[in-house]
Amino acid sequence: MNAAQEILPTVPQRGPKGLLRYLSLYGALVRNSVVREMQFKVTFLLWILVELMWFALQLTFMSVLYTKTASIAGWTKWEVIMLAAFSNLVQELFTGIFLTNLTELSELIRSGKLDFMLLMPVNPRFLVSFRKVDLGAFVNAGCAIGVMVYAGQHLHLDLNLARIAGFASLAAVSLLIHYSLAFMLGSIAFWTVRAQGVIWGYYNLFNIARLPAEAFKGAFKIAFTFGLPMLLVSNVPVKVLVSKLDSPTTVLQLCGMSLVVFVLSEWIWRTALRQYTSASA
Amino acid sequence: MGKYLHVFGIGIQNTLVYRINFLVKSSFGLIPLTGTLFLWRAIYQGDGHPGGIDGYTLSGMISYYLLVTLVDALTAVAEDDWQIAADIKDGNISQFLLKPINYFCYRLCLYLSGRAIYTTVALIPVTLFIAYLHQHFQGPVSIGGLVAALTAAVMGGVLQFLIAFTMALLAFWVLDVSTFIFLQFALEYLASGHLFPLDILPKGLVTVINCTPYPYLLYFPVGIYLGRVEGSEIWRGFAVQTAWILAMFFISQWVWRRGLKRYTAAGG
Repeated sequence: MNAAQEILPTVPQRGPKGLLRYLSLYGALVRNSVVREMQFKVTFLLWILVELMWFALQLTFMSVLYTKTASIAGWTKWEVIMLAAFSNLVQELFTGIFLTNLTELSELIRSGKLDFMLLMPVNPRFLVSFRKVDLGAFVNAGCAIGVMVYAGQHLHLDLNLARIAGFASLAAVSLLIHYSLAFMLGSIAFWTVRAQGVIWGYYNLFNIARLPAEAFKGAFKIAFTFGLPMLLVSNVPVKVLVSKLDSPTTVLQLCGMSLVVFVLSEWIWRTALRQYTSASA
Repeated sequence: MGKYLHVFGIGIQNTLVYRINFLVKSSFGLIPLTGTLFLWRAIYQGDGHPGGIDGYTLSGMISYYLLVTLVDALTAVAEDDWQIAADIKDGNISQFLLKPINYFCYRLCLYLSGRAIYTTVALIPVTLFIAYLHQHFQGPVSIGGLVAALTAAVMGGVLQFLIAFTMALLAFWVLDVSTFIFLQFALEYLASGHLFPLDILPKGLVTVINCTPYPYLLYFPVGIYLGRVEGSEIWRGFAVQTAWILAMFFISQWVWRRGLKRYTAAGG
């Protein structure tokens, strides 16, 4: 079954315009993914277990560090657990919504299946980015939220609606940054054909996103703040959540960076499509 | 013996193709390592820790992680377990059953050649990284310690291969071995000493970990080098490591024979 047959029947031929249309389209794609993943129930459950093990390992790492010290770069144990859990939440959402699609982009290009996506009456970037959903990752995202709530109880958070809304928007901004950066890396496949490894390499960066930014110094800190903003994506939203934010500059930085990388990724995508000549013909 | 030397040669040629991949992979791997080192530096600077943490000074701790990276480059399995599982699943092992060549020895040669190339390539970024941190990099506790540590690392490599080979043989029974390999890897990450020096972990946990073969992959050689494992502990360690190698060898051969009985040469 090729990509076109897989998706075509679910495209609503007539329906509400704009956002609503894309929402219903996404609903169809999600239903497709559910059916696909439920064919392999044991594998599905085992993957959830694998991810949980790694998450537990990260939490173990932090917990053992705090048996040796009371604070790391000004962060207490539960603040760091919150940071690690939030970082995991963003990582799982990224995995659930985007990862499969972005790693498969190079395969779409290599096999020429991208042609079918370009022919459909939908924004091709939407289709390429949201085609498949990795459901297991949402289960793991739920676990991450559970750990966040638990850490929150230890931190006696000063929560109000504005704080939660600010935190949630910043979380979305972080997700947008990860998506845009990984999308750019995936687009490399237009020129080199093989880019799957690059996306997996990007996964390494999540390892620094969950550490307190204050622990870093020098060129490394600059590179991962202004270049690849890994030291902002998890730190800033969590600081807002636990009332640790000392100045609003980092919030502006985070939002600014998200805008820059998103525009850049769109520019690269358009440039790539303009010179795309298809592999199948 | 000649035919296996030939396999080794082919393995070298095949993996040389991936030299750039290896360079990128080993360089990318330094990013999380840098994160961990920054974190430890912040811990040491925060509380002062005049006596060090469980006997580790900051330099000792940094050296530990750098040495783990070196030993890991030397001994980790890269694609071997996936390839073995794929060979079984796709029916490729049929040809080995028909030829006078032992699949286990064949894979061992490929593992050795793969490691030879990977280590050579990975040494470039890792050496540069160590040179950058040279004031924090401790020398071996003694010449004898260095020799013992190298021996332990090589034996650890053999043990690593045996574990990976046996795990991959699960492909005789299940369609998708990747989840099992990842679960095993998560355990190994903690219990081999990749995440922490094992001697700073809580006592109860260390007791459990010491019942597994994992400490003999990374912690044991690095511990000898740094003088954390010393005197009679070294000899005892070598004895246990050898016992694990023999045990895993016999287990792998047993699983292999059991697996072959189930093998249906699908697709081959």
